Amino acid sequence: MFDYNFHWRPVLKTLPDLLDAALLTLEVAILAMLIGIVIGLCLALIRLHMKGSLYWFATSWVELARNTPALFQLFFFGFGLGAFGLHLSPYLIVLTALSFNCAGYLAENFRGGFLAIPETQMRSARSLGMTAWQAYTRIVIPQVFRIVYHPITNQIVWCVLMSSLGMLVGFRELSGETQFFASRTFRIFEYFAATAVIYYVIVKLILVASRILAARLFRY
Amino acid sequence: MEPSLSFFSDFNINDFWFLGQAAVRTLWISLLSISLGTVLGIFFGWALYEGKLAATLTLAPLLDVFRSVPLIIQLVLFYNFAPIMGLNLDPFGSGVVILTIYTSALVANVARGGIEAVGKPLRNAARSLGISYWQDLRYIVFPIGGRAVFPAWVGVALGVMKDSALVSVLGYVELLKASQILITRTQEPFLILIVAGAFYFALSYPISRYAANLEKSWAQ
Repeated sequence: MFDYNFHWRPVLKTLPDLLDAALLTLEVAILAMLIGIVIGLCLALIRLHMKGSLYWFATSWVELARNTPALFQLFFFGFGLGAFGLHLSPYLIVLTALSFNCAGYLAENFRGGFLAIPETQMRSARSLGMTAWQAYTRIVIPQVFRIVYHPITNQIVWCVLMSSLGMLVGFRELSGETQFFASRTFRIFEYFAATAVIYYVIVKLILVASRILAARLFRY
Repeated sequence: MEPSLSFFSDFNINDFWFLGQAAVRTLWISLLSISLGTVLGIFFGWALYEGKLAATLTLAPLLDVFRSVPLIIQLVLFYNFAPIMGLNLDPFGSGVVILTIYTSALVANVARGGIEAVGKPLRNAARSLGISYWQDLRYIVFPIGGRAVFPAWVGVALGVMKDSALVSVLGYVELLKASQILITRTQEPFLILIVAGAFYFALSYPISRYAANLEKSWAQ
C-alpha cells in the first residue's frame, strides 16, 4: 500500500537527545507557568480593586494576551523587540512569550475565582481580628485556588503544547530538536511521529499527576 | 530617525495590499475549517453522548490525541504523511484538514456538554407528545443546548482563528507569514508586527466581547 520505507533507527538512536529536549520543554513550561501565576494573580487583583492607569495597563495586558495568536506574541518578543535593540536568546523569547500569554489567561481565571468568593468571607475574617493580608492569604486565596485548580491544570497542558512554537524562533526544545534531527536525516515523518507520542505522554502524565494532587489537596 | 525614514520609503501601499490579501487568506482558511469542524464536531459530540461505552473506548481517545499533541506537530506530521498515503495536498489543503479535525475535537466536547445541558425530563416530555427522535434533536435539544454552549463555541472558534497562524509553517502565506516576508525585506519588524497583531485583535476582541455579554445576559 505504501511506496515508502519507514526508517525508525535514526529516531531510536537520537531518542535520548529527544528526551533531554523534552525535559527542557517541561522546564520552560513550568517556569512560564509559575511566572504566569504570580503575574496573573497581580493582574486579577489590579483589575478587581484598582482604577485609573494601572487598571488599563492590566486590562490591556489581559485582552492583548487573549486576543492575539500565541505565535504572534512569540514573534513580537522575538523579532519585534529587536527594533529597540533588545535581542533575547531563544530560551528567553519562549519564556517571556509563554509567561505573557499564561498571565493573561490565568488573570481571567483568577478574577472569576475571586468574584465567586462571597464578600462576607472577607468581612467575617476581618471581624475576627485578621489583618487584610492575613484574610487574603488564609481565607480568600485558598478558596480561590480550589476554584482555579482545574483551569490551572489546563493552562499547564496548554503551556507545554504552546512551547512547541519555540522551534520557529530556533529554540531547541522538543520540537526544535526534532526539526533539527529531521532536517539532518530527512526522516521528517518518523521524527515528528515520535515527538507527537512524547508530547502525548507528557500531557497524560501531567493530567494524572494533577488528579493525584487534587485527591490529596481537596480531601475535605 | 534614519530607520523609520527608510521604513516609510520601503513599506509602500502595495505592501498594505499584500497584507490585506494575506488577512483575507487567514479569514478564508479559518472560516472553512471552523464551519467544517463544527459540523463534524457536533456529529462527534452526538456520537459521544449516544455511543456510551463504544464511543468512550474508540472516539473519545482518538479525539483526545488531537487535543494532546501540539497543533504545529500535527500539521507537520500530516503534511509529510499525506504523500506517503498517495495524497497530494498543498499547504492549504493540509492546513484545512488538520484545522478541521482539531476544531471538531474541541467542538465535540462542547456539543456533548450542550446535549447534556438539556434536561432528560424535557426530552422525555417531547417524545411523549409524539415528537420523533430526530425532531427532538432538531427542535428541542439544538435550540436549548446550543444556547447553553454558544459562548464556549465562540471561544473555540476564536481559538482556531488564532491557531490558523500556525499553517504558516507549511508555507501557506497567511497574515503572519506575510508579515514575516515583509519583515525580511523591510527590516522593520516592530511596525509590521503591530499591523498584523492589530488585525487579529480587531477581529477577535469584538467577537469575544459579544460572546461574554451574551453569556452575562443569558445568565440572568
